[in-house]
Amino acid sequence: MSRAKWLSWSGIAVMLGLLLFAFIWHLSIGTKTIPINELISSFYAYNEDSFNHLIIQELRLPRALIAICVGACLAVSGALMQGVTRNPLADPGLLGMLTGAALAVVYWSTLVSSASLVWIPLVAAIGAFISAVIVWGIASRVAGGITPLSLILSGSAFTAFTGALLAIHHLLDQQTFEEMRTWLVGSLLASNLTTLYWCLPWIIIGLIVAIMLAPSVTALSMGEEVATGLGININRRKWQLLACVVILTSVSVALAGPLGFIGLVIPHVVRFWVGADYRWIIPYCILLGAAYLLFVDTLARWLIQPHEVATGLITILIGAPLFIWLVKVRVR
Amino acid sequence: MPLTNQQPISSISLTTCDLVVGYSTPIVKGVNLTIQPGKMSILIGSNGCGKSTLLKCLARVLPPISGQVRLNGKPIHQQPAKQVAKMMALLPQGPIAPEGLSVKELVSQGRYPHQSFLKQWSKEDEQAVIQAMQQANIEALADRSISDLSGGQRQRCWIAMVLAQQTDIILLDEPTTYLDLKVQVDLLNLLQTLAHQHQRTLVVVLHELNLAATYADHLIMMKEGKVYVQGTPEQVFNAENIQAVFGLTAKVIRDPDSEALLCIPTTQRSAQVVS
Repeated sequence: MSRAKWLSWSGIAVMLGLLLFAFIWHLSIGTKTIPINELISSFYAYNEDSFNHLIIQELRLPRALIAICVGACLAVSGALMQGVTRNPLADPGLLGMLTGAALAVVYWSTLVSSASLVWIPLVAAIGAFISAVIVWGIASRVAGGITPLSLILSGSAFTAFTGALLAIHHLLDQQTFEEMRTWLVGSLLASNLTTLYWCLPWIIIGLIVAIMLAPSVTALSMGEEVATGLGININRRKWQLLACVVILTSVSVALAGPLGFIGLVIPHVVRFWVGADYRWIIPYCILLGAAYLLFVDTLARWLIQPHEVATGLITILIGAPLFIWLVKVRVR
Repeated sequence: MPLTNQQPISSISLTTCDLVVGYSTPIVKGVNLTIQPGKMSILIGSNGCGKSTLLKCLARVLPPISGQVRLNGKPIHQQPAKQVAKMMALLPQGPIAPEGLSVKELVSQGRYPHQSFLKQWSKEDEQAVIQAMQQANIEALADRSISDLSGGQRQRCWIAMVLAQQTDIILLDEPTTYLDLKVQVDLLNLLQTLAHQHQRTLVVVLHELNLAATYADHLIMMKEGKVYVQGTPEQVFNAENIQAVFGLTAKVIRDPDSEALLCIPTTQRSAQVVS
């Protein structure tokens, strides 16, 4: 245990280093590469006349901060879902919550023309929650009840359906292409700091609750009967965790749209490193999820510059092979 | 802090009162039971008689349809879950550990009810875990992954987890199923030690009749959702009761060395020999 603990703590340091590295890389790389000394000086000696300083502080820093938040939230909500449902494939995306939340936001912005940013996180949350309830409801009505298989099947069907609705809306509304792109595949392009300010309290609450509930997620991952024996009120705890997942997922959607695969892949990578105890998995997911999305978003801006690939496509392009590799290594 | 002799002393009472439990229809139909403290009570009965359902209700996994389970006189389903978990532990049937969990991590989960967000891992927790691993004889496996172990070793780890919980009462649902006979006997010896030397109160659901008769201090025979008969094996483990509860024609003999009771099913061939 002492050796494993030492390894786990040093892993936190490695993750922090990785996050810092990705953060600096994200800020300096782009259509215009900015040298690191100027990057640092923009923080302590901001010069309004310097174009580079302006790019960093006004454009890239907000985007990097949002990437950190979204990456952390998605990875943690994926980990919580996998633990509670005992389903290695559970993830906010596969269970329909991402597209459901995006659809809610899209319909909301269409219906309420002067859509206030204040309401977007709330609307996304309602969309994510309704989706979760629908998918859960369908799965529990299947013969045999809620099993990993029934959840995945109903989640896939729901995701495909809401995805199609999103696409139809997109076709009918050509004008807002840039804006819509965020809601179709997920992107950090349209993100802005004002939305982040509105989401930040929820992000902090969600992550703290996740850390506090982590020990009981480990117990739940050993089965409901074991968890009951250990003194967990299963029903109440499941609702608390679902609320936590809904909060984390919906702020992510409000900030960056339905970014796929982060919630699925990052917890598996983390487990590979720290094992099955959620006391460790949750903090690791926060750090690695943040670093991963920073890294992916840098690639999205860098690959075909001066254009930009939607970040949501890169998370899938990198996440899918990574996931296949993990499956191969684990099945061995 | 002294390492041993810190065992809880059974001053605890677990009773059921007109208990009816089931899913859509009742499976346990009106059971009044008093679990004897510091003893090993074994529940037996044919498949579907409700013995596992009864245990699940004692453990709060299932709520009663009517009636009550009382722990220290108070209805158990109304007490705070964590408080109950400090007095009573459960090992369900065929538990599955998540992949990648080490033995010591699994055993450490038993400390869950003793911890809170502000009171994380303490020296007391560490000591309880080490002691539980010693009792279950799995210290050597501490850093191994659960998934690498044999069935018998795995079951010892789960028992150690339940022991680390340091409760007066331990409920076990078919802890020996699918294990080799030797491993079954080892496990039951361990459980008997817990009851007789450490004054733990054990309630065990078992399938194997002869082992139940050998190890039980108190044998509870269930039939069609009700307690058919209960008492010491000497009192209740006989051919008539086995015929009535299991529909099995058998004779009960006594092993001359150990004095244990043994049930020998009457096969067609032995029936012919007798006639």
